[in-house]
Amino acid sequence: MSPTSGRLNLLLSHEAMLAILLAVTLLILSLLSDSFFSTANLLNQVRLTAEIGLITLAMTLVIITGGIDLSVGSIAGLSAIMLGLLWQKAGLPLPLAAVTSLGIAVLAGLGNGVIITRFRVPPLIATLATMAFYRGLAEGFSQSRSVRGYPEGFYILGQGEVLGLPTQVWILIVAAVLVGTALSATAFGRTVFAIGANETAARFSSLPVDRVKLIVYGLSGFMSGLSGLLLVSRVTTTRSDMGMGWELDAITAVVLGGASIFGGRGTVLGSVLALALIQCLKSGLSLAGVKADGTIVLIGLFLIGAVLLGNLMDRIAAR
Amino acid sequence: MTAIPHRSSQGRIGRALVGHGQVLVVLGAIIALFIGVSFVNARFLSPANLTTIFSGNAYIAVAAIGMTMVIITGHIDVSVGALIGVLATVAGTLAVAGWPMWLVWLAPLVIGVAVNAAAGWLVAYAHIPSIVLTLGLLSILKGGLIVVTGGEWITDLPPGFFLAQRDVFGLPLPLVVMTVLTLAAAWWMAHFRFGRTIYAVGSNLEAARAIGISVERTTVGVFALHGLFAGISAVLFATQLTTIQSTVPPNLELVIITACVIGGVSILGGVGTVIGAALATIFFATITSAMIFTNVSAYWLRAVIGGLILITVLADVARRRGQA
Repeated sequence: MSPTSGRLNLLLSHEAMLAILLAVTLLILSLLSDSFFSTANLLNQVRLTAEIGLITLAMTLVIITGGIDLSVGSIAGLSAIMLGLLWQKAGLPLPLAAVTSLGIAVLAGLGNGVIITRFRVPPLIATLATMAFYRGLAEGFSQSRSVRGYPEGFYILGQGEVLGLPTQVWILIVAAVLVGTALSATAFGRTVFAIGANETAARFSSLPVDRVKLIVYGLSGFMSGLSGLLLVSRVTTTRSDMGMGWELDAITAVVLGGASIFGGRGTVLGSVLALALIQCLKSGLSLAGVKADGTIVLIGLFLIGAVLLGNLMDRIAAR
Repeated sequence: MTAIPHRSSQGRIGRALVGHGQVLVVLGAIIALFIGVSFVNARFLSPANLTTIFSGNAYIAVAAIGMTMVIITGHIDVSVGALIGVLATVAGTLAVAGWPMWLVWLAPLVIGVAVNAAAGWLVAYAHIPSIVLTLGLLSILKGGLIVVTGGEWITDLPPGFFLAQRDVFGLPLPLVVMTVLTLAAAWWMAHFRFGRTIYAVGSNLEAARAIGISVERTTVGVFALHGLFAGISAVLFATQLTTIQSTVPPNLELVIITACVIGGVSILGGVGTVIGAALATIFFATITSAMIFTNVSAYWLRAVIGGLILITVLADVARRRGQA
């Protein structure tokens, strides 16, 4: 499906709207507080949002195919636990443990993909089940004991800097460019949109629907695993409850970014802008003395308001 | 996801078989668990443990009735756990403030209906996808609850408050409420006009419209009813323990949705019964209890439940293919 020019305009305007909203938020925050608009603070905000950010990138693709992945937080927790156990209990060298736990995360994501494509289980149900299952594995393997005392060198991922920028900034930029390019400039990306717009039509056009879905859910597993490792490195400890609730944060960013929850519509740029907006709101409100719980309320209102506004604009455009 | 334009055209008999087939699978699993575990540990069948299994989780089954209706119309509600947490806190706060008990128990029902009717209105008339709307509502309720209460527990509840600890005809009240409501709702959905309308809207939206059903009004009605059951669930939940934690019970909405799905409700809409959802709730409670009585580490509990959910879902798919 090639998007019509009318829809393209709407998409552009949605992203433009987000960009303006983001600029206004930044402006207000910089007026409210001197410390907010410093390079150091902004980079630190990226550091804090990188974990959800990586998952949001993959979730964008998942939602564009018309699917959903509720198991991302559980996969992040599982990979964090496997890292700790493989390193501490199994005695693997840390880099090998990290690669292995990333591999497990990819397998977990592919597992979702197989259940969804081979057994035709709706993604909501499939990942609802694996959300419990993967979290359960993390709890069972770890017996809910935490792992600490990683070697200093490991903390470069979550706390260190590369070429003067926080490591996560580089990882997030590279990942966003790769996923964004794959979505907008490759046959793979076009298939992702085609599946979400009309899966039956995509199958009749002999597009590799199942293979692309497998890749998308595998990617979601990989990003979740990577996020888990980043979090362990940032907070210096491994716990089995890591990543709880991440699925809601990522889905919120993707939907706020203009993707349709029914599939066929969405952009990486929109998701990234929405993510930045959410993080600005969170940090800005905490600077203004609003507690995290108050921020959650506002993000909920934002999400509903954004979709309401989008629907309204769609209706006006249709006239 | 929720919007699947084409649906396989199974007849009514086929659909009924699919629904009941799943119910029988769950029932069989519960009986097998009971027989197996009671051999390992006879205390599993003690009255105290049976009360825990059947009565302690009744509030989940009651909430699952409303969720079943919501899912059958082709929608979803991920905010119900947060709503139950909020309504339980409302009940506790009013009780401590000295309101008459009947009002304390009634208020959560009224507020539940009001909140979810508004949610249903936004879904039906403002065309916000239910998963997005309830995701937002989840944030609002969850954050709002802590902002308002400061996360403080409610402890000094008056003695008359604990409705769920009472007995009716020698049986725990939550058990009786769960059984009566489940059977009544199943009968009502099978034989009454609005009940049938729910299935009609869920199985074929356009056909339902064509025969003059107001899809919008049905949606609002179903969400309002769902709010009523959430209110009843909240009263049972609030009054069964001596403290109310003023937080959202973690993952409650997932437990409720999962119970519906394991009980045979199709996430694509149009198919399912409330009896299946109630049985699935008991199934979860039985597994949890069985693991305690067979000395399986509690840390493996979630993995076992998650694995069983996976197996049940896959078995359901296999069985449906066999019938097709």
